[in-house]
Amino acid sequence: MRLEKCWFCSSTVYPGHGIQFVRNDAKVFRFCRSKCHKNFKMKRNPRKVKWTKAYRSLHGKDMTQDSTFEFERKRNRPERYDRNVTEQTLKAIPLITKIRHERQKKHITNRLADVL
Amino acid sequence: MVQYNFKKITVVPPGKDFIDIILSRTQRQTPTVVHKGYAISRIRQFYMRKVRYSQQNFYEKLSTIIDEFPRLDDVHPFYGDLLHVLYNKDHYKLALGQINTARNIIAKISKDYLRLLKYGDSLYRCKCLKVAALGRMCTVIKRISPSLAYLEQIRQHMARLPSIDPNTRTLLICGYPNVGKSSFMNKITRADVDVQPYAFTTKSLFVGHADYKYLRYQVIDTPGILDRPFEDRNIIEMCSITALAHLRAAVLFFLDISGSCGYSIVQQAALFHSIKSLFMNKPLVIVCNKTDLQPLEKLSEEDMKLVMEMKAEAMKTIAQGGEPNEEGVLLTMSTLTEDGVIAVKNAACERLLDQRVEIKMKSKKINDCLNRFHVAMPKPRDNKERLPCIPQAVLEARANAAAAKEKKKLERKLEKDLENENGGAGVYSASLKKHYMLADDEWKEDILPEILDGHNVADFLDPDILQRCEELEREEGLRLEEEAAQEAFQIDGHELTEEQREILGQIRKKKAMLIQEHRMKKRTAESRPVVPRKFDKDRKFTTDRMGRQLSSMGFDPSAAVDRARSKSRGRKRERSLSRAGNDGDDMDIDGQQSNKKLRVSSRSRSRSKSRPPEEVVPGEGFRDSDQKKKAVKKAKDSVKKRNKEARRGEADRVIPTLKPKHLFSGKRSIGKTSRR
Repeated sequence: MRLEKCWFCSSTVYPGHGIQFVRNDAKVFRFCRSKCHKNFKMKRNPRKVKWTKAYRSLHGKDMTQDSTFEFERKRNRPERYDRNVTEQTLKAIPLITKIRHERQKKHITNRLADVL
Repeated sequence: MVQYNFKKITVVPPGKDFIDIILSRTQRQTPTVVHKGYAISRIRQFYMRKVRYSQQNFYEKLSTIIDEFPRLDDVHPFYGDLLHVLYNKDHYKLALGQINTARNIIAKISKDYLRLLKYGDSLYRCKCLKVAALGRMCTVIKRISPSLAYLEQIRQHMARLPSIDPNTRTLLICGYPNVGKSSFMNKITRADVDVQPYAFTTKSLFVGHADYKYLRYQVIDTPGILDRPFEDRNIIEMCSITALAHLRAAVLFFLDISGSCGYSIVQQAALFHSIKSLFMNKPLVIVCNKTDLQPLEKLSEEDMKLVMEMKAEAMKTIAQGGEPNEEGVLLTMSTLTEDGVIAVKNAACERLLDQRVEIKMKSKKINDCLNRFHVAMPKPRDNKERLPCIPQAVLEARANAAAAKEKKKLERKLEKDLENENGGAGVYSASLKKHYMLADDEWKEDILPEILDGHNVADFLDPDILQRCEELEREEGLRLEEEAAQEAFQIDGHELTEEQREILGQIRKKKAMLIQEHRMKKRTAESRPVVPRKFDKDRKFTTDRMGRQLSSMGFDPSAAVDRARSKSRGRKRERSLSRAGNDGDDMDIDGQQSNKKLRVSSRSRSRSKSRPPEEVVPGEGFRDSDQKKKAVKKAKDSVKKRNKEARRGEADRVIPTLKPKHLFSGKRSIGKTSRR
């Protein structure tokens, strides 16, 4: 079981939600809800649609580059189970996410402050 | 091998339907419109076409019937006789003959009427001729409708006849009723024949197929035959007699030696002897059935004698040239215990095969292919015998391998066995984690969470995550310190310097001015005379210009200019001027007035009209300013509603079309009804 990212808005797609579209060239598009799906069908570019993560990242509204993002990387080779590693990981995840959130908030505050 | 398939005969419609079909087809497929004003040749052609069309259709349909029904002389004599037995040859032929005559009669009718139509002189006459022609054709069909009904019944029955190939290998099962023929049939073939305790359960022929030595044999089950003179036989028995007579098959004569069928061996033997003429040239096998009730050895002497007589007869039918094989002639079996059933089948098939091969060998056809068969054998050099040589080691290895395999099977405990021990398939579910190869075996049963707070745990898994986490925390600590330092710096900057304050003040002033100018612009053109823009694109008509022109002509322009300027007034400005005290929340515009504003705020005429709204003028009839205010407010309230409805005044009672039809009805070329 994996949580996927919506292709259009980059939000997480939980199991049992959304639609998966497979194109003839075998590229898979996952959507979190029909809003994204319909936008995709209308051939809208997520980089131009204001409320998507793609737009926000592209236009510098949200933080894109940070060391906290390095922790979460999709690995294609399965790792052998190790209890200790798993324990450490499970403890580390909330810390990492907290730091990431803080940094994101700071980024936004800085951005707004610059405007004023 | 021609397959006798009577299932493909087209349905024969009953008389009335036949007529309806043809007439309706005539009406649909030929032109229908004709008027009496047409040329006579055209009218004639019209009706002739109808008559001809009907005749052709009748002809075609009747011909198909005649052609599709089999001619009893042309088919295999077995089918010929079978059909005769079932349907009576004469009756059948008569019916078909009637159809034929009807066909010819219709052709003649059509010819006659066509000839008459050629000389029809009016529409009415032609029409009557056509009606008469079609009517006569239909009467012909009506007359033969009983034949049509009969043929339809025959067709339905024929379609259900078993498809027996008269030329292939066949086993025929015959005997008294209830001896066990159908049970035997069920045992060796996949046919599902009815088996019941009463006689004549099987009422017609049934076909099944059995295999022997890679060849397919037809097995035909017949209804039981009673011992009666030939003329007294009923249709059901005649079926079996026909089959016996015409099919070149191996015959299995069934004998019930226990007598439980209700007939003694004497009767059965008598039957045998009466129909033995039918067994000419056919391999005959005598089968003693129901040995579970009465074994053959325990028969009484007379019965034994009869059986032996039958056997002797059967021996006569052994093919000449074949060995007099005693075992293949008289066999015992029991269908209940399935004891000897296969042996009987094999014996019968073998006998039949031998006979057929012999016949084939004797016939001329074999010579063509005989020279194609050749089995090559190496010529022996000398009389020494040479056997295949297998080394001892190989023999031992083979034996060992077989033993080892057996042993291994017994030793290892399979998952299947484990499952069976613990309650079976639905109860026990195998532990898939049993064979995991982990660093520590205690971890095998661990439950690993895959998702945590919207993140995939697998994406974070890393052996040195602790170290990296520590680094991250150090980084974070540093960053927070920096931030704190920055914030401290920023707080001082909130106090403004003198210069900045001045600039701020200027900005604000400018903003206020812009707002005021905008409000001035919003005055309507009604309150001051304006040269419309289309006549004054270049802004030529200004008071300045007027002044200049007047002065160029020699006049003093100042009075004229003032008057022009006084006609235009700015409302806001004069109100604030006319009020006694300037309110504090007027804008702080000290002395900085644009020229536009100066012109606008000329006071000469404006003062007379600049009266505060609540001031009571003596002639108006108000008691005090409060009352006036109330009155003014009421007046404004009453106008509000009318203004909202865009009415020009009290008397404006126009009701516009609220639901214009063209916007609310009709089909949509694009879009839906809910949003036209």
